[in-house]
Amino acid sequence: MSGPPAEPAARVELRQERDVAAARLAVSRVMDAMGARALRKTRFVTAVSEIARNALDHGGGGVIEVWRLDRPARIMIRCRDEGPGIADIDQAMTDGFSTARSMGKGLGGARRLVEAFRIDSRPGVGTTVEMEARP
Amino acid sequence: MPEAASIYKVDKVLLVAIRDNITDTDIINLQEDLSERIVSEKARGVVIDIAALEIVDTFVGRILAQLSAISRLLAAETYIVGMRPAVAMTLVELGMDLPGSKTALSLSHALRALKAKGLA
Amino acid sequence: MTAAMTEVSRLLQEDFEEVVDAWFATQKREGVRRPDLFSDRESRRQLSDLLRAFADTLGRIDLSQSVDVDAEEWSDLRLALSEITLVRAERGVAPWEMTTFVLALKQPVFGKLNERLRDTPDRLLQEAADFGRIVDAFAMHINEHFIAERDEIIERQRAEMMELSTPVVQLWERVLTIPLIGTLDSMRAQEVMENLLNAIVEHQAEVVIVDITGVRVVDTQVAQHLLRTAAAVRLMGAEAIISGISPKIAQTMVELGVDVGEVTTRPSIRAALAEAFRRVGFAITRVEDTRA
Repeated sequence: MSGPPAEPAARVELRQERDVAAARLAVSRVMDAMGARALRKTRFVTAVSEIARNALDHGGGGVIEVWRLDRPARIMIRCRDEGPGIADIDQAMTDGFSTARSMGKGLGGARRLVEAFRIDSRPGVGTTVEMEARP
Repeated sequence: MPEAASIYKVDKVLLVAIRDNITDTDIINLQEDLSERIVSEKARGVVIDIAALEIVDTFVGRILAQLSAISRLLAAETYIVGMRPAVAMTLVELGMDLPGSKTALSLSHALRALKAKGLA
Repeated sequence: MTAAMTEVSRLLQEDFEEVVDAWFATQKREGVRRPDLFSDRESRRQLSDLLRAFADTLGRIDLSQSVDVDAEEWSDLRLALSEITLVRAERGVAPWEMTTFVLALKQPVFGKLNERLRDTPDRLLQEAADFGRIVDAFAMHINEHFIAERDEIIERQRAEMMELSTPVVQLWERVLTIPLIGTLDSMRAQEVMENLLNAIVEHQAEVVIVDITGVRVVDTQVAQHLLRTAAAVRLMGAEAIISGISPKIAQTMVELGVDVGEVTTRPSIRAALAEAFRRVGFAITRVEDTRA
């Protein structure tokens, strides 16, 4: 995945559970600054919550970076972990699939809530998820 | 860190107001506190106000469903109230429509329903 | 400040009116003048403002760097531009017309430059190249800006139309209805849901009637949208009644294997209204039978 040009507007390390809440708050603030509509913000922040928890629970922690992109105006986040990776991404994206406590609606749900969703996962290397939405 | 939620008792009803941006542990603790309070206070009704929640993801959604189920087992009828439109739409999109939970527009709507059944 | 653009800067000062005239003439020739939108006088004024901002900007930028129209030095020009693009975008001018509009500045300036630097071809080439580079960047920017502006207008018009096409009506205290007409695609379904849920909060409604009498086709997807709307309404603490289900639609839904579950359905809006009244505790009674 190619990197966005500018410095991230926010960056949150995911080491413990309260960092998931911190990630939600960081993304929420960036979207407020962009004048996001309530529905778009709720959808996107919910998706961020899902993938952040996923990185913490399955990836053993990671980092979330947030960017504001122009033309058209949109928010983008990238969540990276160096966990065991997901062996079968298609299966993981299916509702009902879960290897832990999230009841398996998380990843597939997150994808439905955003306008662009990219996932790159390699066993033994880690997982990177990128998501984008208009504000 | 402040409490995830405040629990008040009014007549036979426990009112639970959940704070925004709670952590997973907070809400799991709430589940324990609430179950104990239902029994110790002999509550017949529970109203969970989630108006402060901007986000309900699959984890919080699942706990809300569990709170309703636990309360029901303990003979307290439970209402989830004050859900924001954006949250309702997002939950439906996530496939979490909380089929086993009762809902009401607001605290007063829930209290009226509980009174009508003699539970408040 | 590099010395390379001094002649262009100078000619924009000294021959300002001439350049504006020539720019204007080139635009006319290229067919992008749009007399239908602006009078000659207004067009000329716009070009003057734009060219003055452009000349000022030239004096500020560093040509040894790559041209970045988003940089601070360009802010005056961007401002002068936004007025022109907004009106044009609103009135349906095409992006290519906007680009040509800007590129038409090259010809008159190149002509003037050639007159002035005929004896020093090296400088002529250098200044023409630099000027060309800047006008190109400017044209690119105007194009992007223009398209963004147009997208915004389209989005706004779409939202306005959506609002018009999905009116939520209060039928009675605590009872709303939303009559759906035409087709129900994903985008519209989301819009319908959003309008409806916001209206529930606003009116503190307890029952909402989603009337599909005017919906042409109910396939699996439309049925899913309706059921999801009903599910979201229930999460808010209200109840949905889907009305206007004709015998034919009922048959289709069963054939498609659509299970409405707990959602209340009624064949007509009239039957739905009676049910809604029952739920909020009202009854309709005849005052007196005068037909006896």
